[in-house]
Formats: sequence, structure tokens, C-alpha cells
Amino acid sequence: MNPLIPLFVVTPLAGAFLIMIIGRYFEEFNKYFTSVLMLFLACISFYFLFLTGDRIFVYKVGGWEPVNRIPIGIYMVMDGFTAIVVCIINLIGFLSAFYSISYIKRYTAGNYFYALFCIMIGGMNGVVLSGDLFNIFVFLEISVISSYALVAFGVESNELEASFKYQILGGLASFLILFGIGFIYWKTKTLNIADIKVAFSRGHDKALYLFIQILLLSGFGLKAAIMPFHAWLPDAHSSAPSPISAMLSGIFIKAVGIYVIIRLFFNMFSVSEQIAFLITTLGTLSMVAGVFLAIGQWDIKRLLAYHSISQMGYVVMSVGIGMILISKSIKPEIASLAIAGGLFHLVNHAAFKGLLFLNAGAIEYTLGTRDLKEMGGLSKFMPVTSATSFIASMSISGIPPFNGFFSKLIIIIASVMAGYYLLAVLAVIVSVITLASFLKFQRYAFFNKSHDNNNKNVREVPFPMLFSMIVLSIICVLLSLLVIPGIREAILTPAIHVLTDPVKYSTSILAQ
Amino acid sequence: MIAYILCFILFLVGLYGVITRRNLVKIAVSLSIMEISTFLFFALLGYIDGGVAPIVDPADPAKVYVDPLPQALVLTAIVIGLATTAMLMAVIIRLYRKYGTFDIREIKNLRG
Repeated sequence: MNPLIPLFVVTPLAGAFLIMIIGRYFEEFNKYFTSVLMLFLACISFYFLFLTGDRIFVYKVGGWEPVNRIPIGIYMVMDGFTAIVVCIINLIGFLSAFYSISYIKRYTAGNYFYALFCIMIGGMNGVVLSGDLFNIFVFLEISVISSYALVAFGVESNELEASFKYQILGGLASFLILFGIGFIYWKTKTLNIADIKVAFSRGHDKALYLFIQILLLSGFGLKAAIMPFHAWLPDAHSSAPSPISAMLSGIFIKAVGIYVIIRLFFNMFSVSEQIAFLITTLGTLSMVAGVFLAIGQWDIKRLLAYHSISQMGYVVMSVGIGMILISKSIKPEIASLAIAGGLFHLVNHAAFKGLLFLNAGAIEYTLGTRDLKEMGGLSKFMPVTSATSFIASMSISGIPPFNGFFSKLIIIIASVMAGYYLLAVLAVIVSVITLASFLKFQRYAFFNKSHDNNNKNVREVPFPMLFSMIVLSIICVLLSLLVIPGIREAILTPAIHVLTDPVKYSTSILAQ
Repeated sequence: MIAYILCFILFLVGLYGVITRRNLVKIAVSLSIMEISTFLFFALLGYIDGGVAPIVDPADPAKVYVDPLPQALVLTAIVIGLATTAMLMAVIIRLYRKYGTFDIREIKNLRG
């Protein structure tokens, strides 16, 4: 029992209440308090990243010990995969909170903003740490409801429309997930993920098992905006305030969507070939279609949001290839490589997409527009924003030596070695189109001749915004170090062991 | 078994409403119908024929109790459903103030 684990959920939730109470009397309290709180969480998440390794920590809420080896309490689980995702959640969360110190001046009601921000962080940490299916649902709803409110935070017509669409599709997803959980409880009489795995391995009805998998895949697929379920994402992510867009695109769809899909399909269900094939197909579809939808966009935030769909497609496709190989039980080392590529790209995407949304926010902050056609020549006036967004653009397009290059390279190598040449070719083509799309972004925003006379007044954004952007661009470069064998084995390999080993997760949790 | 089928039909009624209705409030109501059908499903899962309320009676060990866990789950889910509905209604009221209509065909700024 590691007593630090519940802090990831408790501190942000308590912080949200404190902000609402104390923030009423001290005006500046909310900004600095949230940043300090997020910095604290980021520090302990790094501590766990280096501490966890191959071990699995379990925290039993309320101290309810298992009876006859049947878990009855609520479990919070920290393993290698969780540690990585918790780390990116709290790091990007800290940088977004720090960035908001200046950015939030565009809006009134700072207390509500920061309280919702903290609740969203608490919910996401809860989803990632929970070892219990129903608690995943509860924390998911906590974070999703606060994200509905944050998407509508501007209360203009576009924001409200986007939030309405998001709520309808999000509500649909929640009921699909709840139905799936109901079926699982009906068949297994337990909600603990490790215990469900054991109960299903004793024997199950094939058709119902597949039905549950499809219910959960479509529910969490809606939250993750995988291709046929993507319609809400570009609206919601482009309408939110920019630091929140960075959170939503950078970590939210990963924590409540991709993370849960990977966790459930590797550690709770036994991987079957047809589901693995379905996941790979959906991933490929969103990878290809997302980039084609992105290339025609002129609104910077919509362009970035469509690229999120496409980049998440890379992650899902790569993990799906790993799943296919595991289900056929051939070439285990290539399966590990494919999953490593997927997880690496997930971490990288959090860094560069967060950075790109913060850049878009900086441009919107100074110019007051999101339309690429109305920009131009900003590199002279905003050198730091220009440089950081150049790094992020090159990262997302997969140009060496930035991080995106290495993760895409691993994904392509893994799909070639697994014998899926078509997927490898598609991955390369999509990467080239991404490059084209981001060259357009760079050219129109920063290098074109400025055609607006007001540009004389354009200045670089204030320090907190610059700080977050610079730190994220340094992270973008540093993350490429994860390919070096020593560092990779310390950070990525434990996560892959948890996912590829079919029984390690359930046995080591039930043994504690 | 018939109860489960009726519960699933209720879910489909809600889904039909969400897909076909044009009025924002009716969409929200359809979403609530789906929600209720999910809650019903959970309540049915815990039901055991002839079971009594799960308060353990030491005098009579042969007594059959209904499963209390789905009831606890459904209570949590109802609270969450309340929050979701309240949030949705708040946004609908704001939309009505902006556009002066509940018709979803009139509200289409975001395209492409």
C-alpha cells in the first residue's frame, strides 16, 4: 500500500473546493494555487515514473482487504503503463495551468475555470489509476462533465453548439459503457478488472463476450474519437479555451479513451483475433481520414483537432498490430515493438499537440483571430511562438531529430516486420500529408507577407505563456531520448511487459 | 427475461428519439430515456426471485437476499445522470437565448 497513490485524485478535487471558497476573497489565489498544486502532482508523478519499474502498486481504498482472495474494496493500481500516462497528464496539466495565468484574462469567472480544471485533472487521474471498472465510469463522468462545461466556457454561439454536440455523443458513449459494465457484472459478479479477467478465463459465452467487447469498444471509442465516432472532436476541441484545448487533445482523449481501451483489451479481456483486427482497421481508418479532413481547414484549431484524430490513429493502429500478433501468438518481440511504438507516439503526441494548441492560443491572444488567411508575417513579431511552433510542427510531421520521427519510425518498422506492408505505406503517406499541412500552417501564420496594417501593434505574449511553450518544446526534443536503450528500458519497457504478459496484471494484483 | 427485453426496447426508443428528433429539449428527454433504461437494467441485475432487502438476519441463515451492489451502483449512476442532465439543460437554455429557437436545423454554425 503506497499512501501517495490516492493523492493524485484527492488533491485536485480538494483544490477545486478550496478555489471556490478562498478564491472568493482573494482574487489572485486561484491562478497561483492551481499552478503550485499541479507542479506538486507533476513532481510525485515523476517520482512514481522512476520508482514503479516492473512492480505493481495497489492501494485499497478504505483498507478493505480481500476476503478468501476475492477483492471487495476499491483498488487503485499503479503499474508501468499507468505511471507513464499519469506523468503526461500532470505535466501537461501543470504547463496548461501555468499558461492560463495570462491567457484567462480573456475570460471572466477565473474561479470557475480553475475549479473545473482541477476537477477534470482529478477525474482523469482517477480513470487512469482505477483498478475497478465501475470507478473508471464514475471518474470518467467526473472529468467528462467538467470538460463539457469547459468547452462551453466562452458561452458564445459556437461554443454552446459544440458543447451540445459533445454532450449528446458523450452521453450516448456513457450509456454504452454502463451497459457493457452491467453485462460484465451480470456474467462475472465482480467489478475488479483483475478479478474479471480470472472469472472470464474460467469459461464464458462466446457471443455475449463479443457483444460486451463491442459495447465497450464503441463507448470508449466515442470518447477517444476513433474514426466513425469522431464527429464531435473538431468542434469541441476548437471551441474550448486554448489551454483546455491543449488538455483535451493532448491528454483527455488518451486518458479516458485510448488508455482505457488498451488497458481493458490487453488486461481484462483475452485478446481475440477478430477484435484485434477491428481495432487495427479503425486505427488505420482514422489515421488516413483524419489527415484528409485536416488538410482543407483554415481555422488553426480545427486543423489541429483533425490532426489529433489522425495521430491517435497511429497509436491505435500500432497497438492493434501488436494485438493481432499476440492473439496469433507469433513473433512476440515484434508485438512488443509495435506496442512500444504506439505508447511512444502517445507520449509524443501529448507533448507536441499540447504545444501546438498553446501556440494557437498565443496567436489568438495577440491577433484575436483563428483564421489562417488573416495572419501572416508573425515570425518577426513573435519569435518565440514562431520557433516553438516550428519545433512542434516538425515533430508532428516526423522530421528528425524531433520525437515524432522516432515513434513513427518504430511504428513503420514494426508494421513492416509484422508483414503489414500496406499499413506501413499508408503511415508514410499520412506522414507526408501531415508535413504538407503543417508547412501550410507555418507559411500562412508566420512567414507569409503580412497584409494587415494592425500588425505593428502585435507583440510577443507574456512570460507565463512563453514559459509553457518553451518547456514543452524542450520536452519535444528531449523525448527523442526515449529511443536510447537504457532510458527506454527504464520507462517504456515496464509498460509493455504489463500489457503483453496475459496474466501478470491479474495475478500480481490478486496476490496483494 | 421479458423484463430485460422491454428494458432493451426502452433503450432503443431513446436512441430513436436522439437520432430523429429536431427539438433540443426532446433530444435531451430521449437521452434521459436511454439513461433510465440503463438504470433499470442494473436494478434488474440485482433482483433475485423471492429475495428480500439485504439486511442480514442472523436468526434465519436460509433467507435469500437480493444483490445490493447493483443498487449502490445505480444510485451513483443516478447522481451522475442528474449532473449530466442539468448540464445539458443549462446549455440548451443558453442556446435558446442565442438563437431564439429550439430547432436543431437552425443551429449549424460549425461545419466541415
